[in-house]
Amino acid sequence: MIDTLPLILGTILTAATPLLIAALGEHVTERAGVLNLGVEGMMIVGAASAFAVAVLTDSSVLGIAAGALAGLAVSAVFGVLVVYLAANQVATGLAMTILGLGLSGLIGQNFVGQPRAPIPPIEFPLLKEIPVLGKALFTGDPVFYLSLILIGLVGYGLNSTRFGLLLRAVGENHTSAHALGLPVRRIRFIAVLFGGLLAGLAGAYLSLIYTRFWSPGMSAGRGWIALALVVFAAGHVWRLVLGAYLFGGITVAQLHAQAGAIGLPSQLLSALPYLMTIAVLLLLSISGRRGSGAAGSLGQPFVPER
Amino acid sequence: MNGAGVGVVVELKGITKYFGALLANAAVDLTLRSGEIHALLGENGAGKSTLVKILYGLLAPDSGEIVIGGVPVTLESPRAARAHGIGMVFQHFSLFDEMSVIENIAIPLDGAIANNALRRKVSEKAAQFGLEIELDRPVHTLSAGERQRIEILRALIQEPKVIILDEPTSVLTPSESESLFVTLDKLKAEGASILFISHKLEEVRRLCDRATVLRGGRVVGATDPRRATAKELATLMVGEGIADLNPGAGGEPGAPMLVLDGLSVAPETVHGITLDGIDLVVRSGEIVAVAGVAGNGQSELYNAISGEGGRITGGTISIADRAMNRASINDRRKAGAAFVPEARLGQATLPQSPLSDNIVLSWHATETIGSPFINRERLETVAQGIVRDFDVRIPRSDPVAAHLSGGNLQKYIVGREVKRMPGLIVIDQPSWGVDARAARHIRQTLMDLAAQGTAVLVITQDLDEALSLADSIVVMRKGRLSAARPTRTVTRGEIGLMMTGGARATEGAS
Repeated sequence: MIDTLPLILGTILTAATPLLIAALGEHVTERAGVLNLGVEGMMIVGAASAFAVAVLTDSSVLGIAAGALAGLAVSAVFGVLVVYLAANQVATGLAMTILGLGLSGLIGQNFVGQPRAPIPPIEFPLLKEIPVLGKALFTGDPVFYLSLILIGLVGYGLNSTRFGLLLRAVGENHTSAHALGLPVRRIRFIAVLFGGLLAGLAGAYLSLIYTRFWSPGMSAGRGWIALALVVFAAGHVWRLVLGAYLFGGITVAQLHAQAGAIGLPSQLLSALPYLMTIAVLLLLSISGRRGSGAAGSLGQPFVPER
Repeated sequence: MNGAGVGVVVELKGITKYFGALLANAAVDLTLRSGEIHALLGENGAGKSTLVKILYGLLAPDSGEIVIGGVPVTLESPRAARAHGIGMVFQHFSLFDEMSVIENIAIPLDGAIANNALRRKVSEKAAQFGLEIELDRPVHTLSAGERQRIEILRALIQEPKVIILDEPTSVLTPSESESLFVTLDKLKAEGASILFISHKLEEVRRLCDRATVLRGGRVVGATDPRRATAKELATLMVGEGIADLNPGAGGEPGAPMLVLDGLSVAPETVHGITLDGIDLVVRSGEIVAVAGVAGNGQSELYNAISGEGGRITGGTISIADRAMNRASINDRRKAGAAFVPEARLGQATLPQSPLSDNIVLSWHATETIGSPFINRERLETVAQGIVRDFDVRIPRSDPVAAHLSGGNLQKYIVGREVKRMPGLIVIDQPSWGVDARAARHIRQTLMDLAAQGTAVLVITQDLDEALSLADSIVVMRKGRLSAARPTRTVTRGEIGLMMTGGARATEGAS
């Protein structure tokens, strides 16, 4: 058990990282008052694009960049529709998810089943010798470290910068923000693009680092889990990080449970992360009498009078 | 600088603004001088808000010129207006409830974040003008008066030459208004120019040096409000004198129609108010007014009586001697009640449905409207009858509700309920956003109804309305209701005290 523990910790971090990245992006989008139910679609388009470009150019770096940009492109469409044309956010987001699933199948159709070599990990000498934690934390892949930087960036950016202040203001009350002359729609559009970029990056992580192959529908609802994590976070980045690693842990635990043949049907165990999502949301709504922590004008379209 | 006058800070020349076919401002001229409080008077819909939105860069005028310090300028955004020294205190505050006071102040300031430098600046200003406030409190925990302080501080921190206050006292208690006036006098002494928008004539006469009166988008008068009488100002605003209310026969009140006995209701929303031990009796032929500053539980009270919301945690509601704690709004209507909610569009009517269809909303439980298919002819006849009997001005035959002005729609809604001949009518903010003539009409309708033996409960923020209309007044404060006081013997000062909690209401009058 002592030898396998670092290994398990490593897989938990790998399973959690795409959830964390996508949820960080959606967190920013929702703080600005936009509910993006298209995270799943943006994620899988990112996954397909990343894998295709990585194979075609034989460069994982270009692949990751392409995945992030593909997510950004889908979110730009979403942003124009919901921010500038004031389309219904729920319906448009769902449409983006369906569109993304279809589009990704098209992009990835010639790449199904092709393997990709792993990206070499970044190793920190000495630090990686720390027992148990060292190997998991200090021999990770580059995007894992990037995700740690993103946590700080999002937390600091939202709470301590001028742009973060305006972004939260726009999400809290777009009528007031407009009355004060803040560019409500521009700020929201930027927040949507950031969310799309990170959803695409999370997708790239799935196909190039987590599984290292492409198969249609491989995001398997992780975009929805990311959305649930944002609800769970209730406005706090630290809760989002905690939630992401918790879910990573559950994902890995159910894999081990399946291998350990504990007598439950494997389908039921595979469903565990999603059951947990429902349970978490249920608990939050039962205990949520003191406010959900969601942005005040979340999901409401904004049309300025002029 | 031309010879326009000493101390002129801002001049608006020939400002014209259309919304579609509606002329909101017609060649409006306005001159603001430093060290002066200038009143902008007018009824709802006279074009006051449009004019100040143009001056604050929120709306672009179709034609006309804004001259600041002798130079014509274009104000393409509030940011540009602020850069030209124009500050604004909004009527419905432009605040962010979940954010702290200091963050709220930082938001419109170019380049500002909520740091110690800003804290020091804000504290200085607050001390200078007597506007002390805790900077780290979230806004939703603050009272209306405290929220307004944030708005004023936010304007002052930018050292404005002109400060616009849009109906600043409409959400304040009398004592909060007094302290606002002290602040405004200080600002005036410092040389600021203040544009004070109001329709409350008494406070304008007390506070302001000059007044410009708007009606139908046009300037219809400029006067010294301290020399004019309130009656003269009112006539300027409305166009002609408005008849006084005609009290009914004034018989003795009959049997209790609505009885609340120790009613307690849990809040519906996170920031809602808890109703706590409400006692209230409204008898046949009697008008009772619930006065109080907005947000003290009036909406919750209305919802509890109409059965629309709120979980009852104690006490009873009865209508016409029937227990109604768990009854639906339809059961309450069947017992003889009628309800006129505060939101005219969306709650009292379906905005995009014709007036005739809107009959169904409140009539379906108690009246014959056709079954199983709706009898459209009957609906149209009823709608026409209401339009005729209640002086509803409509743009065309059977328009959709959203096409009526606020006053006409309110007359229609009241008419719809009155036609049902209710034994009890509960009306929330009967004349909010309604022009003076329609307001008088609605009040007269309620008085006539009471004279015919209906029990009338009016929830209003307008103290004048409460005093002119009701037989007795109760005051709502922080989810509690005072004992009823007869309108004949109570003074404005006493009610003001009850609103602010300065004195406990006399006990045991029920």
